[in-house]
Order: sequence, then C-alpha cells, then structure tokens
Amino acid sequence: MLTKEMNDLLQSAQTYGWVMEPYAKKFFTVAGMDVPRFTWARSLDEAVSFAHEVGYPVVMKIVSPQVVHKSDVGGVAVGIIDNAGLVSAFNRMSTINGFAGVIVEETVQGIELIIGATIDEQFGPVILLGIGGTATEIYHDVGLAMAPLCESDVDKMIRSIKAVSLLEGFRGSERVNIDTLKKLVIRFSELVMDLGDNLESIDLNPVMCSSERCVIADARIMLRR
Amino acid sequence: MDLEKIFKPDTMAVIGVSLTNENHPANVIYNKNRFRYDARAFAVNPRGGRIRGDVLYKRLEEIPEKIDLAVIAVKAELVLSVVEECINAGVKGAVIVSGGFAETGLSDLQDRLVALARKAQFPFIGPNCLGVYAAPRMDTFFIPSERMVRPEKGRVTMISQSGGVVVDQMVKAAAEGVGLSTAISIGNKALIKEADLLRYFADDPGTDVITFYIEGFGKNEGREFALAASECTKPIIVLKAGKTAAGNKAVSSHTASMAGDYQVFASVMAQKGVVEATDEFELMAFAESLSCYPRSIKGKVGIITGSGGHGALCTDACISHGLVVPVLGEETRLVLKEALSPALRNIASYVNPVDLTGSSTDDDFLAAARVLSRDPGIDCIIMLLLPYIPGITVDLGAKLGMMGQQEGKPIIAYVPHVEKYMIIVEGFNFYNIPVAHSVEDAVHMAEAMRRNKSC
Repeated sequence: MLTKEMNDLLQSAQTYGWVMEPYAKKFFTVAGMDVPRFTWARSLDEAVSFAHEVGYPVVMKIVSPQVVHKSDVGGVAVGIIDNAGLVSAFNRMSTINGFAGVIVEETVQGIELIIGATIDEQFGPVILLGIGGTATEIYHDVGLAMAPLCESDVDKMIRSIKAVSLLEGFRGSERVNIDTLKKLVIRFSELVMDLGDNLESIDLNPVMCSSERCVIADARIMLRR
Repeated sequence: MDLEKIFKPDTMAVIGVSLTNENHPANVIYNKNRFRYDARAFAVNPRGGRIRGDVLYKRLEEIPEKIDLAVIAVKAELVLSVVEECINAGVKGAVIVSGGFAETGLSDLQDRLVALARKAQFPFIGPNCLGVYAAPRMDTFFIPSERMVRPEKGRVTMISQSGGVVVDQMVKAAAEGVGLSTAISIGNKALIKEADLLRYFADDPGTDVITFYIEGFGKNEGREFALAASECTKPIIVLKAGKTAAGNKAVSSHTASMAGDYQVFASVMAQKGVVEATDEFELMAFAESLSCYPRSIKGKVGIITGSGGHGALCTDACISHGLVVPVLGEETRLVLKEALSPALRNIASYVNPVDLTGSSTDDDFLAAARVLSRDPGIDCIIMLLLPYIPGITVDLGAKLGMMGQQEGKPIIAYVPHVEKYMIIVEGFNFYNIPVAHSVEDAVHMAEAMRRNKSC
C-alpha cells in the first residue's frame, strides 16, 4: 500500500505532468529503497554547502519541469571535484529552460543498470531489468517480466541479460551484490502493483550496483493523465 | 461458466440447416455429425420439413431430447434471437459459426450478444469460427467430411484464433503422427477466450498438451492468459502471429521504448514456462515431443548416430538451440566400449556424439542407448537412425522404443520419413517415442523439453 506521504509526492505529477527527480527520489526513499544522499538546491550557496557536507566528488543535475532527458540538454555534470567546478556547472545549468534549481548528490560507484516499469496493453504491469545508462536503448540488453515478480522471475531476468557476466565480476572487476539487486527489483515490482492504473511508466536509470549497494541514481515516474 | 457440454455434448442441434442449399455451412455440419460422429445431431430451421427422411425441427422445443450444444449458422442479425431461444430451452452452450460481427465492424452487435450470454451464464465459442473438432464425438467444422485430414485420437488439444491455421495443423499432426484430443477455432473469441480454454483443458483428463495459435490479445487478456498458464501443470505451446507489427509508443520512457508488444509477449511466455514456437513446424515438433514427455529437462543431450556427419550437424543444432552436448565421462566411455560388438570397438567414437559408424547393428544401437540412459550426465538422447546402414533392421524402431520405455529417459529419434522406412517410425510411435523428420526437428523436440516449465 502507498502511504499518504507517497501519494502526496505523486501529486506533484499533477502540476508538471510527471514526477520530477527530487520527488521521485524521495518517493523511493520512503518506499525503503536506496538513493544517493542528495539535496534540491535552489541557490549556489545551498549547492556549495551540501557539497561540503557530503564531500567531493559530487554530481549535479538540472531540475526543470521542461526537461525530461537531462543529459540531452547538458543538464548532468558528474565528477565535480571542487567549488570552482560546482560554480561553473551551476551557472551553466541556471540558463536551461524551466530552471528550478539543481540536485546535488554524492557520487556512487557501480555498474549502471536500468530498472523500469510500463503498463502493457495486453499484459498489464511489466518490469524491465538490464544494462542501463544513457546508451541503454543502443545496447537494448534487458529482460522483461510480468509483475508482480517472485525471486525466480528476477533470477531468470538477470540470466537473460547478455552481459550478465559484467554483474558477476568480469576479469577481476567487482561483483554486483545479486541479493541486494533482487530485493530491490522485487520491492520495485510491489510498488508498481500498488501504483496500479495510475502508472504509465517508470525509469530508474541508472541504478548503480556494486558489491555493497544498489542505488537509484536517477528516477522518473510518468503517471497517466 | 461450465464449458463441458460444448466439448462433450451427447446431443446437438444444428440451427440454420437449409432445404434448398446443400452447401450451406449448417448442412455440412449437420450431415457429418448425423452420419459420422457419436453425438446425436438434430437439424433446426423455422420453416420445418424433412431432410433425407429426418425431421427438420421448427423450434428447439420440438426436439424430443434435451439439447447440450447448439451449433448456430444463421445470418448475424438472427443470432441474438436464436441464442435467446437456446437459453430458454436450457441448452448448455453454443458454437456460433456465423460471421458478420466485430470482424466486419459490427462491434455493437457482438457486444449485445456477449451481454446476453453473460447475463444467462451461457457459454459460446465464436462467432465467426469453425468451432470444435472432437472426434469421434462431434465436429462443427464446416468442411465437408471427405475433405478433412483427421489425425489419430490422442492427447494434444489445439486452440487457434484462425480456423484455417488449425485445419492445417491437423494435416501436419496427421503426417507427423501427433494424436489429437480436441481442435478449436475460436474466431472472434467474443466471450470464451484463450485463458478460459486454458483453464478448462488444464483440468481435462483427455488432454496432456495444449497448443495455441494467437494473433492478439485484448486489454489485459494476455495477463489473464499468463496467470492461467502459471497454474497449469501441463505443457503449453504457443505460436504467435503479428510479431512484427510496429507499435509506435511514446518515446519519453526508455522502458516503454524497449518493451515492445512482441518482446513483452515472448518474455512473459518464457517467464510462465509456456514454450513459444517460432513457426508451424516447430509447433508440431514441440507438440509431439511434449505429448510423449510432458516434463522439463536441463538439456544435456547424448547423441547416438550411425553417421559422423549427422552427429556433427546435430551437435551444431543443439548448441544453437541452447542445449549442451557434454563429453561423456571416462566410466561411461569404458562401459560403452565393452557393450559394443567387437568389430566396432576400435572404430566407434565414444566422446559424444557417439558414432557407431556404418558397420553398426541393431544390438549396437540398443547397447549405446542403454548405456546413455543410465548416465546421469545425460538427460535426453537423440538417436540419428539412418536405415540405409546394412547391419540394422526394420525392427530397430520397436526394439529401441521398448527399451526406451523400460529405461525411462527421453529418447528422440530421427528417421527419414519416406515410405520404405515408415515401419521403423511406427515401431517407435507404438512405444510413444517421438520421431523427427530431420536432424533439426529432433533438436527442436529436445529444446521443447528444456523450455517447458518445471513442475
């Protein structure tokens, strides 16, 4: 079941047409899922003080109701290592259409996955899991399954990813914590079932997966209108 | 709704039989049921009269027996009143052959028909369909009896959105020796849909395997089907048409753009353990295999061949279909060598494929099959049986079949399907061993078991 707080966060979609990243991240935090420490900074001062609090390097992203794909408009800056970088990124983003502040967040490491949901006309709520990042559609390396999911469904989805060996520690690289990933996907599928007919689609992309955490680094919720 | 009497009627009324047009669908259906099948068929036409000495009843109520199934082949605009008459007469269900509903744009007429039937809990198949073939009891297909190719009675039920496709599948089933329980053409599937039929045949004692030809699902209909599939313990096979229809979805979501209609269909089928066939031939291979072995295997194939080339082709095909051809263990190889006739011991190959060479005999094939049946590293045997090898006899199919039943491990045979070798094919078939008509086909049969859900 969705709590009142979660429903209130979704209400923001009424204003903007979709749930913007800060609200979406808050939504998933309330749902018990892992997101990076972040703030929604409306001013440069707020951005700087939060960066000091979590420590550099940090990530900055545009918050704008007019920008759905942030990287397409230069609205994402990763690996900001000092105040100077932060100031220049902030100044640049403040000129983007619909600027409503920026997200500043801690840098999280890991393999970029995508976890998504859509409502299929024939099959209802469907969950997607695969290789994420901005090039996710180019790799198109994903598994799909009908929600709600059980553990063996998620197992099958993971095994259906062609690049599954990247998750298992390819050539000495760090393994992804598969148990954490499975729990996240199952919890996500429960949320999707709770959202029911209201939902149009959700992209959690990227979800940064490492041996310790699976962190939702970006999230967008589109509701039916 | 209880579908039992649609598929197992003792009595049926064919409504719309003509006194002037012997080619009318109702006449074709009435004639074949009257003369060929077990259910007692009665002809109905409001004008009344006699047809070849039988009474042509004006109304259902005039028929002296209680009617289980009505086959309705009247003009679309008359269907509603006929269904109403059926409901009032206590008929248990109907096959509505008539066209002229949603498929011609008359969705409103179809909606009224569904509403009427649903209110009365009156199940019907169709409209715009061939209906049900369930020999020797009954057959509502409006195809003249002498034109039908009838597979042997068996345990596969075939359900199809297209009448033409299911009739063609019956031809193929007959050719491949696949036994048929029931064949159903569901047409517009206005009321009874794939999921309803899946639930019914999941509990039908006469059915072991259920196949579907699916063109499309309505809103959430796929979900209903998937949920029914996950509760069904019998193998389910689907063939999907319309995979390539371009669905232009909103591009604002990565997920939506990567979750195309067909990708979702294929993924959900695999998720629920439904075996999807890529074409009509694969569908038949899967049906044959899973009706002999309704089980799930890991896919560790042992290949026994009399020709090295066939073994190599089979290995390639196995690998490309996600099966493995494991190297046989040291112990199995030694036992195998001992079991073969002395002349063969130094020329046969024991690695996998096991190549018995052109010098092999019946006994060598039997010995090799027995050894691989007892090797826990192998869960399915493909037997490439080339009947032109001089040392093997026409009895080998039956001998291997009997052995296969004793050992209990799935054996799939490849035998060229030509007249002179059919005695070998029949020998296998008698013992319920699937026989493929090509190497690739044999591999499809193994693949079906690998992809079948584990129960």
